[in-house]
Amino acid sequence: MKLANPVILLFLLVLVVSCGEGPSAGPGGSGQFRVAAVFQTAIEEPWDGVIHQACLRARDQLKVQYEFTEKVAAADFEKVLREYAERGFDLIVGDAFLAGEEPLRRVAKDYPKIAFAFGSEFKPAAPNLSVFDNWIHEPAYLCGVIAGRLTRTNTLGVVAAMPIAEVNRLVNAFRDGALSVNKNVKLKVAYIGSWFDPPKAKEAAMAQIESGADLIFAERFGVYEACKEKKVLAFSNMYDQEKLAPGVIVTGPVWDMYPTIKHCIETVKSGAWAGVDLKEWSMMARGGASLASFHGFEPKLPAGVMTLVNDLSVKIKSGAFRVPVDESKATSK
Amino acid sequence: MSDDLVGLAFVTGLLAAAVRMATPVVFAMLGEVLAERAGVLNLGIEGTMLMGAMTGFVVAIKTGSLWLGVLAAAAVGMLLGLLMAVLAVHLGLSQHVSGLGITLLSTGLAMFIYRLCFGSPTVPPTVVPFGQVAIPVLAKIPLVGPALFDQYALVYLSWALIPAVSVLLYRTKIGLRLRAVGENPFAADTAGVNVPLVRTVSLVCGGALMGVGGAFLTLAHQNMFLMDVVGGRGWIAVAMVIFGNWDPVKGALGAGLFGLLDGLQLRLQALGLAVPFHVFLIIPYVVTVLAMMSVSRKAMAPAGLLKPYRREDRGG
Repeated sequence: MKLANPVILLFLLVLVVSCGEGPSAGPGGSGQFRVAAVFQTAIEEPWDGVIHQACLRARDQLKVQYEFTEKVAAADFEKVLREYAERGFDLIVGDAFLAGEEPLRRVAKDYPKIAFAFGSEFKPAAPNLSVFDNWIHEPAYLCGVIAGRLTRTNTLGVVAAMPIAEVNRLVNAFRDGALSVNKNVKLKVAYIGSWFDPPKAKEAAMAQIESGADLIFAERFGVYEACKEKKVLAFSNMYDQEKLAPGVIVTGPVWDMYPTIKHCIETVKSGAWAGVDLKEWSMMARGGASLASFHGFEPKLPAGVMTLVNDLSVKIKSGAFRVPVDESKATSK
Repeated sequence: MSDDLVGLAFVTGLLAAAVRMATPVVFAMLGEVLAERAGVLNLGIEGTMLMGAMTGFVVAIKTGSLWLGVLAAAAVGMLLGLLMAVLAVHLGLSQHVSGLGITLLSTGLAMFIYRLCFGSPTVPPTVVPFGQVAIPVLAKIPLVGPALFDQYALVYLSWALIPAVSVLLYRTKIGLRLRAVGENPFAADTAGVNVPLVRTVSLVCGGALMGVGGAFLTLAHQNMFLMDVVGGRGWIAVAMVIFGNWDPVKGALGAGLFGLLDGLQLRLQALGLAVPFHVFLIIPYVVTVLAMMSVSRKAMAPAGLLKPYRREDRGG
């Protein structure tokens, strides 16, 4: 075993080198507003990707400095947060779900002068920890309305990761939207039990299509391949995914974190930062949620659907109609 | 609801799903059988599949040829098999540590190379994947025809490889040497078999199969590469080797059974039974564990498995 140690060390070295971009040493100082992001997953993961894209846009449009660290393991989460806090960043954002919640709250408490805004299932904490989440149930409801009118078999499918509040909200809103225009709609829900397993997501969609579903809400990646093979349509999730499957996706809920990030930066700059729930900035009225472009699909929809959807959008934005929030676990019916 | 369960379309759909889900596991399982029969447990399997998935995808996109992608996946699998051989055979390091090291290395390296090629686009790039190829006449058989004989070309390749590996192991001189090296390397060495060479070749060929198993996921089953696309299928393949008692045919049957149960649980979820979804998700795994418990009592692992071969040890 004499040789084991150097070899293992070599492995670890290569692994660390190959783990992607770490925090690069920024120029610092110069009075520029500094934003840091801490992600538990790689930025290719849609949820963290949306936050990352918003920060990139803030860097370009609001001229702030931006650094990020991705794929932060649970054990390193606190350390990475503290590093950014010690370096005096003005605003630290990211996702704190599951393993990140406790370290985040410890660090935020230790640095009350720094603004923290994190994706979290729990409450904000005064004076400096705000929370946000993907409150895109409103466009999910609109997708349900379209699906309810579009379905020929009166059976809709949903392929989702796991029944947690964030996911249930979307699935239930999709169902409620469909039922609001079509009382006969039945919903089939499958959970793949992980955030990423495109082959399994595809098989779940195949199973639903074979048992009669003719429209699938793809909460996760992998569904479109099944829809292509079986020639049915799908709804995307999180952002415009039309390029993944042209002609297969009708539309889908889109989450835009830019209004949240912009609001955070402005509030910190004006000295008005407080630990609040930022959810309204992820909803339709503030531009944080929307329907993805139809990419020319509108004429193929049944008559009157677009009018209905547009009217509802206006009502949602003005507050005249509130999409119900239901976080209970959705099951097949 | 009962219509869903008894319909002919249900059976056909389920069988087709079982085959699709079993295929990557079958490729990887065959690769692992080759390695283990020669006495080396290759836990680099999960990482080798991921590197195969990534390399196949990247090469297919860059060259426009899916088959070149498959070849490249096999080549990268061979390289990783060679690395495993250097560590576990020639340096005689712990097979567990070397294999897990290769998987860790591959996990980071796959994402690193992918980003070098494509950056971090919001919408991942895609290829036009392999389509299904219907076999004339056979595809027309009611019930099983559309399920078994209207599949991806790689599925048929995996079927051809099962008897091929079986014949290689049990009916050829090379197979005899390979098994001898895995059972009793000292005796094989005495008989003039080059133990390190046989083990190296087994690992290299096995790596190629693992790489192709990964490429099936990104070039046939899906049309894109995502970090967790292999999703533990390599570990399932290792379990199937034990399940099949180190026999390629039995291992393939195990993989088929696993695929069938996975397809079944996804269909049960669509029925809306009042059972937590976790119960459905664990069905294939629970059955695998139960089956392994009964099978492993009689399991006959190659006697030389996990033992690095050093000539000097012979006296002791």
